[in-house]
Amino acid sequence: MSNISNKPHANWFNRRGWRDIIIVAPYAWLIAFFVIPFIIVIVMSFAKTATESPPFAFLPEWPYIRFETYIRLFSDSLYIRSTFISLYNAAIATLLCLLIGYPMALGITRVNKSAQRLLLMLIILPFWTSFLLRVYAWIGLMGKNSWFNQLLTVIYNAVVPSSWEVTGFQLMNTNFAVVLVMVYSYLPFMILPLYANLEKLDMTLNEAAMDLGSRPWQVFKDVTLPLSIPGIIAGGLLVFIPASGELIIPSLVGSAADPMIGRVIQQEFGSNRDWPMASTVAVALLLLLVVPLVLYNHFEARAGKAGGT
Amino acid sequence: METEEQNTESSKAGFIRIESVTKKFSDFVAVDNVSLDINKGELFALLGGSGCGKTTLLRMLAGFESPTSGRIFIDGQDMAGVAPYDRPVNMMFQSYALFPHMTVSGNVGYGLKHEAMTPAQRQDRVKEMLSLVQLSHLADRKPHQLSGGQRQRVALARSLAKQPKLLLLDEPLGALDKKLREHTQFEISNIQYKMGITFVVVTHDQEEAMTLASRIAVMDQGVIRQIGPPSHIYENPSSKFVAGFIGSINMVGGEIINVKGDTVEVLAPTLGHSLQVSTSSTFSVGEKVSLAVRPEKISISRKRPATTANLLKGTVQDFGYFGKDSLYRIKLPTGHLLSVNTVNAQRLSGEEATATWEDEVYLTINRDAAMLFKGDA
Amino acid sequence: MQKRPTFLLSMLFFGLTFFYVPILSMIFFSFNKSRLATVWGGFSTQWYGKLFSNKQILDAALLSLEIALLSATIATMLGTLAGLALARFRQFRGRATFSGLVTAPLIMPEVITGISSLLLFIMMAEWIGWPSQRGFTTITIAHITFSMTYVTTIVQSRLMSMDMSIEEAAMDLGSRPWQVLRDVTLPIISPAIVSGWLLAFTISLDDVVITSFTTGPGYTTLPMLIWSKVKLGVTPDINALATVIVLVVALGVTISAIILARTEHRRERDIQMAIAANK
Repeated sequence: MSNISNKPHANWFNRRGWRDIIIVAPYAWLIAFFVIPFIIVIVMSFAKTATESPPFAFLPEWPYIRFETYIRLFSDSLYIRSTFISLYNAAIATLLCLLIGYPMALGITRVNKSAQRLLLMLIILPFWTSFLLRVYAWIGLMGKNSWFNQLLTVIYNAVVPSSWEVTGFQLMNTNFAVVLVMVYSYLPFMILPLYANLEKLDMTLNEAAMDLGSRPWQVFKDVTLPLSIPGIIAGGLLVFIPASGELIIPSLVGSAADPMIGRVIQQEFGSNRDWPMASTVAVALLLLLVVPLVLYNHFEARAGKAGGT
Repeated sequence: METEEQNTESSKAGFIRIESVTKKFSDFVAVDNVSLDINKGELFALLGGSGCGKTTLLRMLAGFESPTSGRIFIDGQDMAGVAPYDRPVNMMFQSYALFPHMTVSGNVGYGLKHEAMTPAQRQDRVKEMLSLVQLSHLADRKPHQLSGGQRQRVALARSLAKQPKLLLLDEPLGALDKKLREHTQFEISNIQYKMGITFVVVTHDQEEAMTLASRIAVMDQGVIRQIGPPSHIYENPSSKFVAGFIGSINMVGGEIINVKGDTVEVLAPTLGHSLQVSTSSTFSVGEKVSLAVRPEKISISRKRPATTANLLKGTVQDFGYFGKDSLYRIKLPTGHLLSVNTVNAQRLSGEEATATWEDEVYLTINRDAAMLFKGDA
Repeated sequence: MQKRPTFLLSMLFFGLTFFYVPILSMIFFSFNKSRLATVWGGFSTQWYGKLFSNKQILDAALLSLEIALLSATIATMLGTLAGLALARFRQFRGRATFSGLVTAPLIMPEVITGISSLLLFIMMAEWIGWPSQRGFTTITIAHITFSMTYVTTIVQSRLMSMDMSIEEAAMDLGSRPWQVLRDVTLPIISPAIVSGWLLAFTISLDDVVITSFTTGPGYTTLPMLIWSKVKLGVTPDINALATVIVLVVALGVTISAIILARTEHRRERDIQMAIAANK
């Protein structure tokens, strides 16, 4: 019982029993409910659809598995196309988030501390309200009869020649709507890591650059921008990864003709009851997202090394 | 327009001219109506404690702050409304502010990007600067791969690269350890001498100011208390504040009891004795004064000296041996403690040479060594 | 000499307008008399009345709260343990896998997490006969799995920045390991644990994708209900529901921000007084 460690620098975690409980409980949970399910998905991707319940089966003899779904992944244009649309939409949304979020984050660092707190709260507040409702709010704005759409129409008609006039814009069920709502929903994920990064930057570096003859925009280009790259990468991945697998936004405001990959997975699984195909697309999507993640880790490690004194 | 000749002649003195400059931050007056002339090629120090306004004054010279009122001229040019990037002034920051994403030569060459130079000229200048601070071998390192002293030298090289008319140094030795400081302060003086650039150093460290600067301005609460060469400020402080701020000092209250030419006799109750002090100021009998003596200006001996003038007797209360010198705290019969500093010029052996705890000692204060300030201590 | 960053501040203004115009418009139309949610037909609070008498919505809200409370609490316990393990145990077998594992659910697209959880529950029902029905338990398990990793991230970063010598000082003064954990470590990281719980709670309350995969007949959470209604189009009663949710969240966030600002303010004042007293 009183088996107290005699090692120098003994810490409370030196005791075996403590260690085991602390490590094993969460580890076992994640293996049971995260790793095993994902292994099932991988295995499922090599099965074939069947009429029984659950609707899949393996080949009765060697090699038991088949690659038919993987071949279909590349032969059926639906999958390639939806992957491309997903990445394209996610990339555009990420870029727009960066273009809007960067000046915002930088702007926050330029006001006093209490104003910073208020602004951050104002940016996080919509994020704490329901995601669905934020998407819903835009549905209300984008309809042809909505004041927003009408306002855009009036402005547009005032600018263009009369022959180009329109009675309203088709915003709903377009790729444009998907990107717009994704920017709206994910913008805080860009602003917060950027702010965290920019806020830590030493203002005397800006002064030093200015002292050495740089005008404000040169200071930004030479000092602030290069030093905020880790923040840009973090924010970019926080937007890009969930955006490329997004399901809710494309199903509510997207066009059925240009499906995003998340929607395809759901359709294969739900209405088509093609579980092996759904699993295959899921595995493919995950592989696509692992690449940026590995890049991210690489950059993180490098930033960590550069930051150390 | 003046001709070149006239200009250099007239601007040698008052190369930097600060005219009744005041800086307020809302209610707080950081710099209060300061006027100051700094000569061309001078190494000038602004010395003071934290919050005395020295850094604010420096930042106004660099252009990061603008005066609430008053004007600043550099080489005859009014600096009002001139942005930091348009001033012929460079600064070495206290934190060094090296760009962490650039190499040493990238840092040193950064300011030259804005000069009309060919890439080759720029490269030559960077090399020249790096050899000046003896860092040529580290040109491709990043700041985080350098030691504190090396970073300090990169910062110095970077701020000198543009050959500014005025170089500002904010606590240039503050982050260095003691050994390195001594080495570096001579290096800075040498570089300043070689390049002939006007340096303004801000520091809270009086030793740093005294070894570096040719002239010092002592600042307190936004006001300049005294300006002069280090020796002058040390030996002839104009006020009790300056006397107390620069070096250590014994200060007691007293009263003038006799005036004879330029020598006055002061009765100091805390010393239990009267002292003869020579002074250039005029005092009248009965006037209250403060009497100040620096610890190293008091001589200490275990044998009774021949003279009886300005002789005090006491016992050694405390004693600290620092190698090159020793510090004593001597308890007078009145109970007052006096600090006395002696230089250990000879190698001491045995007990006979130094006084130690509880020893009875005699103190003599030369009449030229003591200083008098009007008003009570 | 420093100029006001006009461009940056106007971008901030533009961004905040972008954030709030859709929400304010939604709130505005919740007071619309007309059934057509986007065309103004006069002022009315009728939709709020209907909202509070709609048993379907109230049941769904209650179910969401129950799941969020339970899943956030278990997720906080597991997530804190994982955070402790990663921050305090320099090496144990499978540490690298473990640390990868706690970040994986954060970046996993929800669709994939949803499908894999559903497949697990179906296969478990096949193999061991449990869960025979999907519903409360399966949703809660799925929510715990992905929200615990958020807790881990928060707790771990707090532990990393904490001064380890405080724990060593407690050991040195005679505390047993569990006493150090109870008396020193947990009190110091408690703000991180609280914010982890709040985050887990909100994530669970807000989730629709994973819930829709892991639910069973008869179990409809509030987001699922909204999801099914939104698919049919914009209706004023959802506007009213959204307004209520936005107000509740805004109130909660504002109150917690005020409490936080107060304690911060008091701390700063105490520090200043302590400094002044020492002068």
